[in-house]
Amino acid sequence: MSTQSSRLAARVMVAPSVLLLFIWMVVPLAMTLYYSFRLYRLISPDRTGWVGFTNYLWFINAPEFWLAMGNTLALVGGVLAITVTLGILIALLIDQPVKGQGVLRILVIAPFFVMPPVAASILENLFMHPQNGLFAAVSMSFGAQPILFLQDYPMWSVIAIVSWEWLPFATLILLTSLQSLSSEQLEAAEMDGASALNRFRFIILPHMMRAITVVILIQTIFLLGIFGEIFTTTQGGPGSASTTLPYMIFKQAIAAKDIGRAAAGGIIAVILANIVAYFLMRGIGRHLDT
Amino acid sequence: MGKITLKHVNKSFGDVAVIPDINLTIENGEFVVFVGPSGCGKSTLLRLIAGLEDVSAGRIEIDGTDATHLPPAKRGLAMVFQSYALYPHMSVRKNIAFPLKMAGMSEAEQEKKVQNAARILNLTNYLDRRPGQLSGGQRQRVAIGRAIVREPAAFLFDEPLSNLDAALRVSMRQEITELHQSLKTTMIYVTHDQVEAMTMADKIVVLNAGNIEQVGSPLELYHHPANVFVAGFIGSPKMNLIGGAEAAKHNAATIGVRPEHIDIGEGGPWTGTVGLSEHLGSDTFLKVEVDNIGTLNVRASGEVTLRHGDRITLAPQAGRLHRFGADGKALA
Amino acid sequence: MARATSPRRKALTTLAAWSVALVIFFPVLWMILTSFKTEPSAVAMPPQLFTADWTLENYAEVWQRSDYPRFFWNSVVLSLGSTLLGLAVAIPAAWAMAFVPGKKTKDLLMWMLSTKMMPAVAVMIPLYLVFLKLGLIDTRIGLVLALMLMNLPIIVWMLYTYFKEIPAEILEAARMDGAGLFKEIVYVLTPMALPGIASTLLLNVILAWNEAFWTIILTTTKAAPLSAFIASFSAPQGLFYAKLSAASTMAIAPILILGWFSQKQLVRGLTFGAVK
Repeated sequence: MSTQSSRLAARVMVAPSVLLLFIWMVVPLAMTLYYSFRLYRLISPDRTGWVGFTNYLWFINAPEFWLAMGNTLALVGGVLAITVTLGILIALLIDQPVKGQGVLRILVIAPFFVMPPVAASILENLFMHPQNGLFAAVSMSFGAQPILFLQDYPMWSVIAIVSWEWLPFATLILLTSLQSLSSEQLEAAEMDGASALNRFRFIILPHMMRAITVVILIQTIFLLGIFGEIFTTTQGGPGSASTTLPYMIFKQAIAAKDIGRAAAGGIIAVILANIVAYFLMRGIGRHLDT
Repeated sequence: MGKITLKHVNKSFGDVAVIPDINLTIENGEFVVFVGPSGCGKSTLLRLIAGLEDVSAGRIEIDGTDATHLPPAKRGLAMVFQSYALYPHMSVRKNIAFPLKMAGMSEAEQEKKVQNAARILNLTNYLDRRPGQLSGGQRQRVAIGRAIVREPAAFLFDEPLSNLDAALRVSMRQEITELHQSLKTTMIYVTHDQVEAMTMADKIVVLNAGNIEQVGSPLELYHHPANVFVAGFIGSPKMNLIGGAEAAKHNAATIGVRPEHIDIGEGGPWTGTVGLSEHLGSDTFLKVEVDNIGTLNVRASGEVTLRHGDRITLAPQAGRLHRFGADGKALA
Repeated sequence: MARATSPRRKALTTLAAWSVALVIFFPVLWMILTSFKTEPSAVAMPPQLFTADWTLENYAEVWQRSDYPRFFWNSVVLSLGSTLLGLAVAIPAAWAMAFVPGKKTKDLLMWMLSTKMMPAVAVMIPLYLVFLKLGLIDTRIGLVLALMLMNLPIIVWMLYTYFKEIPAEILEAARMDGAGLFKEIVYVLTPMALPGIASTLLLNVILAWNEAFWTIILTTTKAAPLSAFIASFSAPQGLFYAKLSAASTMAIAPILILGWFSQKQLVRGLTFGAVK
């Protein structure tokens, strides 16, 4: 199905998408790169000029930079670990012969449809709030002091909120994959004397690997940019305890009004994203080829 | 009219020449079958004629005019695909009418043509169904219907019967042959099944590795295969091909004799042991392990009461022996 | 799973599965319940699952105070507009990649997906400035463009995986039947891929509806959708739980309902065809 005319048509048809995405990516990136080498503060707009790597050096030497890097990776890694592990367990459970599987799926997928600011503010206020939250009420009913989630465990609170949002996605994709496993394979393994645990390890888990890769890829894409949940809840605090790389950039841009430094941070974030993307694409690219 | 001429047609994908150089003329009204093993380039050749692929070099003429660079729709050809390629979201009526709609024909005219095609193909009662509600044979007929309404210069069939079961294949084979006899339109038919080729074709084109091995009527190919490849490909069961000293006795590199052209009885030149025997009632197929030659397939008429391990002698029928040279070509 | 299980085991797994599902769903349920409480009973200690004095007052107040219809309408226009525009750009691209694949097709798809990995915050300032220069800040057309570009890689990917399942022979048949490229796409490809296109549309409407970064950065009032509306509600201290819940419920209800109706197609679409 490829004649010269159809190949030409194909190029023409792909062109708008490629061109638009190219502009959407390259123009802001080029501008960010430009600003990252400039002195550009909104407070003193008259003082401008080239400053070399000063912005980068400031950003990397900032006391919270490595904390923010660590928090970013902790957020991505933590949410992935929680959602994939719980996702597998819940998928295994729902895949059993249970009553009302259709309704179950509807209940489980619900958090995925909740927009991030709503998810964050509901969980923050109605659940994690130290005076009026439901968790506080539970603690007090056992006679314990309420846990100050956002105060004492800010990063864990953010990870918990984001995990709640993404758990349905992981669960449903893993469930779909699980349901495509032929029961004959499992029965054959049973005949071969494999215990339930071994059936999971040698049959079910390998079968789900592809789905797990997909979950990791897609979630990482979204998790690297997580911002709204932190903005709504901890605002990066207390101190910088829950500041991630995106949030640190945001603080430079909005609070400190230092565009040059924020831009340098942006470029660092893009480099980090590219490193992560490189490894992920290699992983998923292999899976999608087959 | 539907005379198709291929002149020095060549097709390469990257560095791989799928079709090195083909010259072929298909006369108006002929039923031509392209046959060959899978990967021999027969489907590619059909797609080149259809215009679904570009030729890398050479010229394709339809009725004397150059069609090499015409898009598929402008060539006036209709194609029936292996998977039928029916539009699943359209009723049978709309499927058959689709080429007419594309040509901008009026609704009334479309309906008339659809009704006519449906009558010829026994589809009148199915016009409002979707392809998904039809059996394999009916889908096949819809695909043919979609081709006939256009009144094309030629029909192209790409292994159209390979998705049908054996019994249906035989009856569809006959339907297509009858259709050809009543329409008298040029048909080009691609198959890997030499039985289809033998039973349907006016002219068979045997292809191997992108080259034409031989062109001829079914019986020409059967009686006078031009080379070892055609000899082995045409005919069922396969011709026995014997090399070595036995062939040298006949001044050939290889000799061939068809299973049905070997007589069992006293006085033959070959002696052997009966191995497997298959009794079909009308015929008996024997595998005979012949001394110094190897296994030969023998076809005997009716029921033969030979058993595993029996010793027999065999004789090739006079004048039915094919001789081939070292280059594989037939010797006169 | 055609094997018979003992009723006892079925009852146990049913109980376990329902407990887990309810825990996951509980925050949404609690939010909906709270939205019907009066403010005092919303923060009552100990908390009550149901209260006697349930009320619609919160909804009425949110409705009056905040111009909800405008935010709602903006959400509809932005999510639907960006998705339809995205489909118009992506269908031809996905056609080309699915039916005329080249050596670079896979790389191109990966590149498209990788554009989504760029953290939005990193390019926030330049993009804001560009939008400012073009006069697109707080305009629907500007937001439609931004959301469309944000989701374009996903739309192309999803369509690509759906299109790849359509046999090329059918499109070739259309070509033999005299359909040009445009007719081939309109009369044959699009109707055949309709379920896939519909699920792509749904998922991207949901993603656009829930987008809460660009909508907040690039709007102030006129073009602000529900995600920006809810951000203005997000710092109440204690006393506004019922209203916060009502506003939140109003912001997510349309998409929650839409999502529930289409969850089967969504899951398939989201896996980019990699999980059957």
